[in-house]
Amino acid sequence: MSFLELRGVEKNFGAQRAIKGIDLAVEKGEFVVFVGPSGCGKSTLLRMIAGLTEIDAGTLRLDGRDITKLASSKRDLAMVFQSYALYPHMSVADNMSFALRLASVDKAVIREKVGRAAEILNLTQYLQRTPKELSGGQRQRVAIGRAIVRAPKVFLFDEPLSNLDAALRGQTRVEIAKLHRELGATTIYVTHDQVEAMTLADRVVVLRDGAIEQVGSPLELYDRPANQFVAQFIGTPQMNMIDTSKFPALRDVVGATDAADGFIGVRPENVVVRPAGSGRLAGHVELVESLGADTLIYANVDGLAPHGGLQLIARQNERTELHPGDAVGLDIAPASFHVFDRLGHTVAARAR
Amino acid sequence: MKHLALLVRTAAAWLITLLVVFPLIWLVLTAFKTELQAIAVPPQLFFTPTLESFAEVNLRSDYLLHAGNSVITSFVSTLLGLAIAAPAAYSMAFFRTRRTRDILMWMLSTKMMPAVGALVPVYVIAQTAGLLDSLTALIVVFTLSNLPIMVWMLYSGFKDIPPDILEAARMDGANVWGEFLHVIRPLAMGTLASTGLLCLVLAWNEAFWALNLSSAKAGTLASLIASYSSPEGLFWAKLSAASLMAIAPIVVVGWFSQKQLVQGLTFGAVK
Repeated sequence: MSFLELRGVEKNFGAQRAIKGIDLAVEKGEFVVFVGPSGCGKSTLLRMIAGLTEIDAGTLRLDGRDITKLASSKRDLAMVFQSYALYPHMSVADNMSFALRLASVDKAVIREKVGRAAEILNLTQYLQRTPKELSGGQRQRVAIGRAIVRAPKVFLFDEPLSNLDAALRGQTRVEIAKLHRELGATTIYVTHDQVEAMTLADRVVVLRDGAIEQVGSPLELYDRPANQFVAQFIGTPQMNMIDTSKFPALRDVVGATDAADGFIGVRPENVVVRPAGSGRLAGHVELVESLGADTLIYANVDGLAPHGGLQLIARQNERTELHPGDAVGLDIAPASFHVFDRLGHTVAARAR
Repeated sequence: MKHLALLVRTAAAWLITLLVVFPLIWLVLTAFKTELQAIAVPPQLFFTPTLESFAEVNLRSDYLLHAGNSVITSFVSTLLGLAIAAPAAYSMAFFRTRRTRDILMWMLSTKMMPAVGALVPVYVIAQTAGLLDSLTALIVVFTLSNLPIMVWMLYSGFKDIPPDILEAARMDGANVWGEFLHVIRPLAMGTLASTGLLCLVLAWNEAFWALNLSSAKAGTLASLIASYSSPEGLFWAKLSAASLMAIAPIVVVGWFSQKQLVQGLTFGAVK
């Protein structure tokens, strides 16, 4: 039996089915990330686990106990909110010790635990300040500190980094990963940012419209997406999608001769840009994005404009002298494609 | 130009203040006059003050009994009201439904009916229950008549508290009472204090129900003042003395709670 187990969990908001029967098992010590576009129900699902939103159907078990109807305060879970939700009238130390004080833990023990958490999070010199005297990053660390002081059964994170600027977000992401490595605590983390999902997770749960699309390790999702949605959601820039009914000739170019009516997906790093005249396809550069380590080349394939046009995105490590409007040749790396049927289900994955 | 505008504004402010405060000043002055001085024409601004009227009021009626009744009815009804209104406002502020707004409007609408409209039923109920001229009846009526305002004031104060903070407290193991005690109470101290004080004053000043439901035994200071008006002729000095004695306690309470009140209000503002 798993540590945390969801079975047929459902939530309805009036007539709208927000969560449509989720089955999921989380093992002890695992870092699971819920990812999906906004409105997919990932935060709702987290709040249902937290007990802040009622579960309409199904069961939730934690450590062998049914907690479906249990009040949040008795679940022994800790949550880090997107808005941090620090108590504005308490000092940092009081914020972090609130749960322990409620539980009437011995004062010396509280002091020691808060002290240790503050040390881990570099907050020692701020313990007497109030939240409004802290920067966004520091508030975020207090919110995390409040959770780790309690040593709960599961840590819940609700988009904890989305209020931070890009630099701080990257830095805090690394800190959270490090913290998880050190504490080994079971964690469920909600984000809409697939980079966070890929870098932090042991397993990623991709959600759409209140249902699970796929569960797997980050690279499993990348290499063997279960469907077109996951394929396009994971990876930036998005996987190139070729509609075989519009461009039947491209089946041979890609090498997916057996692909029936549906879509062929090719990751940008498998699109190879060659000098004009070589390569199996001819095209013109639309846009070049030089990111330093990476270069993204957006090229329109020649002669397909009457059928709605086809743009392929290529990603390469080498820098390029190409400019918009330049003619290029394009190739698809051999055996590096995904085949989806008309409904978007994966038929075959030839990629690594 | 700027100076002139400031001057005009200051002068206007003083004038309005004087207009508002003048009746109060006149009340205080009249209370220290004899009946003859009180009705003198032209009115006397300077006179030898006397405590004659106060002595007579004390002699003729039991000030302490009425004051005690006022203290008991206003404090108990305020505490009772807060105890009922706070949970109501909590549920409406943090567990909104589509009908929350309607319920609030309905509550307020009960204040729009003139009190006299409910006089007969309330009187009959009090009579049937054997509660005429009792403090219990006054406390119940004061509490109920102030409830809508208390719920509204507390609701608008609680609404400003981010619900995330309450959820965080819940995750930290706080039950509803813990949430209220450790999070809402400190964050909404200003709202709670100002609501309580307002209702204290309203209950203290309440005259309609006090006059109709009570007499000798449970009469509040409002009944005391009323007894100095028309039926026995107008005695301005005694009426003023009685009024001054009636408002003095609540003014003192207001004076001392001023600091907490301001503190509480600004705390909410800079959060």
